Amino acid sequence: MTSKEKVYPTIDSAVADIPDGATIMFGGFGGAGFPNNLIQGLARQGARNLGVISNNCGTGDGELGLLFKNRQIRRVIAAFPGPGAKYFQEQFDAGEIELELVPQGILCERMRAFGAGIPAFFSPVGVGTEVGRGKEERVIRGKRYILEQALGADYAFIRAYRADNMGNLVYRKAARNFNPIMATAAKSTIVEVEEIVAAGKLDPETIVTPSIFIDRIVQAEGKRYA
Amino acid sequence: MPKTRLSREQIAERAALELPDGAYVNLGWGIPNLIAAYVPSAVTVHFHSENGILGMGPRAKVGEEDFDLVDAMKVPVTLLPGGSFFSQDDAHVMTRGGHLDICILGGLQVSEHGDLANWRVPGAKGAGGIGGAMDISVGAQKLIVTMEHTAKDGSPKIVKTCTYPLTAIDCVDTIITDLAVIDVTTDGLILREVAPGFTPEEVQKFTEPKLRYSSNVPEMRLQRR
Repeated sequence: MTSKEKVYPTIDSAVADIPDGATIMFGGFGGAGFPNNLIQGLARQGARNLGVISNNCGTGDGELGLLFKNRQIRRVIAAFPGPGAKYFQEQFDAGEIELELVPQGILCERMRAFGAGIPAFFSPVGVGTEVGRGKEERVIRGKRYILEQALGADYAFIRAYRADNMGNLVYRKAARNFNPIMATAAKSTIVEVEEIVAAGKLDPETIVTPSIFIDRIVQAEGKRYA
Repeated sequence: MPKTRLSREQIAERAALELPDGAYVNLGWGIPNLIAAYVPSAVTVHFHSENGILGMGPRAKVGEEDFDLVDAMKVPVTLLPGGSFFSQDDAHVMTRGGHLDICILGGLQVSEHGDLANWRVPGAKGAGGIGGAMDISVGAQKLIVTMEHTAKDGSPKIVKTCTYPLTAIDCVDTIITDLAVIDVTTDGLILREVAPGFTPEEVQKFTEPKLRYSSNVPEMRLQRR
């Protein structure tokens, strides 16, 4: 089997075919590891009625804020939308956005389950709270658990430090965060990176995301924290 | 003896004494975020951050910030020798899986059964946010809540039953406030220490459920006065 070319020439070409209504995971936490180039590309591309899975919902015009400002997002699954998510909060208060709040670790675990072929799992988190409301509950070895469903998406937009041209990824410090787990849980994962090197140039012992999870690779442009 | 409630810094100072040498620790937002500065010099603890850091060090010096190395509040921090980076899902394997020895969170309400409400004030504007608090509360080997003893309107924050949206049920082990240190036990709330100058009866007045205490409750230990 020949290797499919995964490296896209431009940010815009990497997001050109995202359809209206797509569900997209976005990596990033605390300002680090956000796929800001891809987000800006999606803003230019203009897909609408999007579903978003992300820890938060942007900071002002930054990160996902841009897509909310453009009113491209209708559905959100998040752990902490954030007080700085100005456009999201305005649209949420106006009843224009559908939101599911998920505990942060369960957000991770639902994606991990999806990526690992597990349809649902029992969890202790949220038992007796509004997170557990309406969910199947079971007592296992004397403790209460709720059933959580696996969570997948059409696309994952992620950010890494370096990629080889096959899509093996290395991250940098706390910019890793949600990026590796999201890479496993989407039908198509698009990564923007600071540097693309030839296969064989990354130390195999340090690769965090193996190439099998990556579909498109694109060189990030401009400022790192754009 | 003047009757002054402890400051937020003093609550943090007292809470720092609960950290045993060698513990793996997660500190939440608010007062817990002040605690790291008060860890006694003879004690080494390893700080965990939910965005994938173990062995997190102090805030980065101005000019030396690396914005790929931030804590859960977006503050540029440092990594101590022996520290490590990992993904958010592994960070929560550590929280939920019971690998953290002590977690310290802020609180809006704690019930006498150890239920915690700390993520949403009913009726507040906006969507609210859970963040990592539910995972941390459920998994911590020991969960300490630091908060003011009463709300801004004077109403007790230690209550019989939480009326605010819950973070987790039956999770709090110890409450440290500007008035007291209280342990949550199967026998109810045990008043372990009172703020300097306050009596157990006075602390009880600011606390909805019944406190149990001995005839001689010591004052809250602070490292420096």
